[in-house]
Amino acid sequence: MANYTLNINGKSREVDVDPSTPMLWVLRDHVKLVGTKYGCGIAQCGACTVHLDDTAVRSCQIPVSAVGDKKITTIEGLSENGDHPVQQAWLEIDVPQCGYCQAGQIMSASALLKRNPSPTDSEIDTAMDGNICRCGTYTRIKKAIKTAAGNLS
Amino acid sequence: MTLIKTHIGRRAFIRNTSLAGGGLVLGFSFLNSCKQGQAETMAVRDMPKEWFEINGYLKIGENGLVTIMSPNPEIGQNVKTSMPMIVADELEVDWNDVIVEQAPLNTNLYSWQVAGGSRSISSSWQNLRMAGATARHMLKEAAAKAWQVPVDEIEAKSGVLSHEASGKSAGYGEMASAASLEEVPEEVELKDRSEFSIIGSSRKNVDGKKIVTGQPLFGIDVQREGMLIATLAHPPAFGMQLKSLDAEAAKKMPGIRDVFAIKLFDDDFKRSAFHHTAFNSVVAVVGESTWEVMQAKKALNIEWEKAPSTSVEMSMFGNDMKVNYPAGLESTASHRQQMEELNSKKGRVVRKDGKPEAAFKNAAKIIERSYTCPFLAHNTMEPMNFFAHVTEDHAELLGPTQTPEWMEPAIAELLGLPLENIDINMTRQGGGFGRRLYGHFMIEAAAISQKAKAPVKLVYSREDDMSQGTYRPAYYATYRAALDADNNLTALHVKTGGIPESPLFANRFPAGALDNYLAEDWTIESNITTGAFRAPRSNFIAGAEQSFLDEVAEAAGKDPIEFRLELLKKAQEDPVGENNDYDPARYAGVLELVREKSNWNTSRDMHRGVSAYFCHNSYVAQVLDIAMENDKPVVQKVTTAIDCGIVVNPDAAKNLAEGGVVDGIGHAMYSAITFKDGAPEQTNFDKYRLIRHSEAPREIETYFVDNGIDPTGLGEPPFPPVMGALANALYKATGRRHYHQPFITDKPPIVG
Ligand code: FES
Ligand code: FES
Repeated sequence: MANYTLNINGKSREVDVDPSTPMLWVLRDHVKLVGTKYGCGIAQCGACTVHLDDTAVRSCQIPVSAVGDKKITTIEGLSENGDHPVQQAWLEIDVPQCGYCQAGQIMSASALLKRNPSPTDSEIDTAMDGNICRCGTYTRIKKAIKTAAGNLS
Repeated sequence: MTLIKTHIGRRAFIRNTSLAGGGLVLGFSFLNSCKQGQAETMAVRDMPKEWFEINGYLKIGENGLVTIMSPNPEIGQNVKTSMPMIVADELEVDWNDVIVEQAPLNTNLYSWQVAGGSRSISSSWQNLRMAGATARHMLKEAAAKAWQVPVDEIEAKSGVLSHEASGKSAGYGEMASAASLEEVPEEVELKDRSEFSIIGSSRKNVDGKKIVTGQPLFGIDVQREGMLIATLAHPPAFGMQLKSLDAEAAKKMPGIRDVFAIKLFDDDFKRSAFHHTAFNSVVAVVGESTWEVMQAKKALNIEWEKAPSTSVEMSMFGNDMKVNYPAGLESTASHRQQMEELNSKKGRVVRKDGKPEAAFKNAAKIIERSYTCPFLAHNTMEPMNFFAHVTEDHAELLGPTQTPEWMEPAIAELLGLPLENIDINMTRQGGGFGRRLYGHFMIEAAAISQKAKAPVKLVYSREDDMSQGTYRPAYYATYRAALDADNNLTALHVKTGGIPESPLFANRFPAGALDNYLAEDWTIESNITTGAFRAPRSNFIAGAEQSFLDEVAEAAGKDPIEFRLELLKKAQEDPVGENNDYDPARYAGVLELVREKSNWNTSRDMHRGVSAYFCHNSYVAQVLDIAMENDKPVVQKVTTAIDCGIVVNPDAAKNLAEGGVVDGIGHAMYSAITFKDGAPEQTNFDKYRLIRHSEAPREIETYFVDNGIDPTGLGEPPFPPVMGALANALYKATGRRHYHQPFITDKPPIVG
């Protein structure tokens, strides 16, 4: 066990966990932020995507000991009132079916738009291919990303 | 308006007397349950101080807000939005004034609280409408008494009651208290379809805002004071069982509270197919956090041994049956051999029309093709999990299940508690697809909580989830067509089977359209457990049949849509046999609609495949377009035409149909579970391929037949046929027909 002070959604959070514990479980079990989802644990599904500084990462692959003072942003902290342009576009297009994968999709999409405000279809595919949606909302996700990109510009 | 007796759903409309008159103050986070947009308009409006329960489906606040209960499990099919829409429409209330809550399991109030068979809407259609209409009537009665005017002079519109002659009017909230004391009417008038104001117009997902902001919604998100986390170890292969457990090392791991074996069913317990699991004895690791129990699981010393063959008495919808599970460690190679061997013998004849043998003997040409598909894992994105808190005399269960009602008796039996001491509540569910019809994980969670004497959340890892069984069965089918010298189809023969069930629907199209028809089947027993997977059996046979018909149409030199329409015309005008279980006119209707909407007759720049199928009382036709990009076939567009009767929430219905299309292409193309020595060779998404963003169709268009028929199934029907449309379009694009799913493993591979 070891003590870590983490910067999560702009707040400082202390946790006492085994250094090997992936951020995913630190967030879900210890910080009680359950918006970040478990889907595979092996970097294959993207359900656990969060931002480390501004980059989308798979939180199931990042041991708490490797985070240091980098800023962690989860779906709960993406915007204050749930009104990030990507979140708004998701609601406008009514993307979710079961909804389970969508936090990860939104975190991947918002990181993409941050570094590339008007991505092409194939850039969207490349950025999003690591996020599985078992319900098959892919065409709506693409539409929502384009909607958000349009609203950003 | 239609007059309808309320007695069918009457028990739901009898007030809960403990609440009668008193109203009820409930605290819950109101803004969180709002849709975007609604939040702003409602923010200025306070929550009611009192709620008045009108019936089991709805309660009205003194300020006019209405809470509508959504009785069925929400697995992504949108019932939590669309079922309350039906109530709200009959109630005549503004949708912005509606708050939706997930109802608990309550067999006294609700019927068919099941997400299965695409039946949520169709089986509750009348009850939901009655719930709204009954409440509307009681509000009118209350107003009539208050104003001393005849009830039939009162209008109810958008949450307002009014009496034109006297100029009186009042909001529902003002009459809610009095209405809650009104007699439940013996019969009520339902709206005419032309009067619907909410049904048929798109409303956004009521949980949308919570989903996009990551609020706790799902079973895996459940947190409780003092809650422990549990994980399970089950045998590494089918045909194995627990021999001995040495938990010493695991128990010493950090955060671990206990490790023990649990047994679900005694041998003499009459279980149903929905209770069954391949692994009756499993090892539970209970601890303080998910990561800790996952780590401790690796430190378990468990000896597994080969299991003997077993024969289990089961009941299924009241029918008793005996299911045999042979001993042994099975493999995909031996499965294939067994299937080929059985398919080469005479099967069980299920239907025979005319003289098929003679027709084949006299045929100028015979086309014979065989099709296969592998086992599939449901792989809901949210793995199996459940919360249970079992005390001496009570059990609380909370989590994702498609069949709370069917699981309750098994849990009662295991815990030794009466049914009424068990409460089951449902969370939103991260996918279902049939997997959560089989609630062994609920029984496991209850057993663990009872033994650990603590509230426990059981969580499966993806590997546990994918290797547990309850798979889509593996199937095999051979189709034969007899053609005469003019290439007319004179007979059709289908022989099919699977492990452990046959996918045959002998009375579906093209049965009824052919003078000579023979359908046979067979089955093979296995110790690998299987279960319903979105559109069971149809999810294979539709693709096989629709691919085969494409080849027959080609041999006959006919346009594939025209060819199908000719067969349907025959089934309509001069049907063969008595038991045809489809309506040829509605079948033809979706084909005609998809032909029009896809510009089938005029568009020439794509490689196109068509398919049509009937299941869950609905009809779906699809046209799938492929273009070659860098020598790879890429699905550009899928056009879908659906006849599922009245569509409650059109945009959400389209979303579900789009999902079916992506799901169908994905599974036909990429997914498989294969076995070696009884063990699945794929246990996570590195080896088990699911369709991804770049592989999804670029565009999906969905059209509904507008015929005003009461709703029929929608969650499943768009899934099976697209596999045929895909195979047929691939043939046009690459010149190769694909017979064996997943198509990606066909040699040479078609894509990357
Ligand atoms: S849970 Fe991290 S990628 Fe799947
Ligand atoms: S919406 Fe269900 S997994 Fe994506």
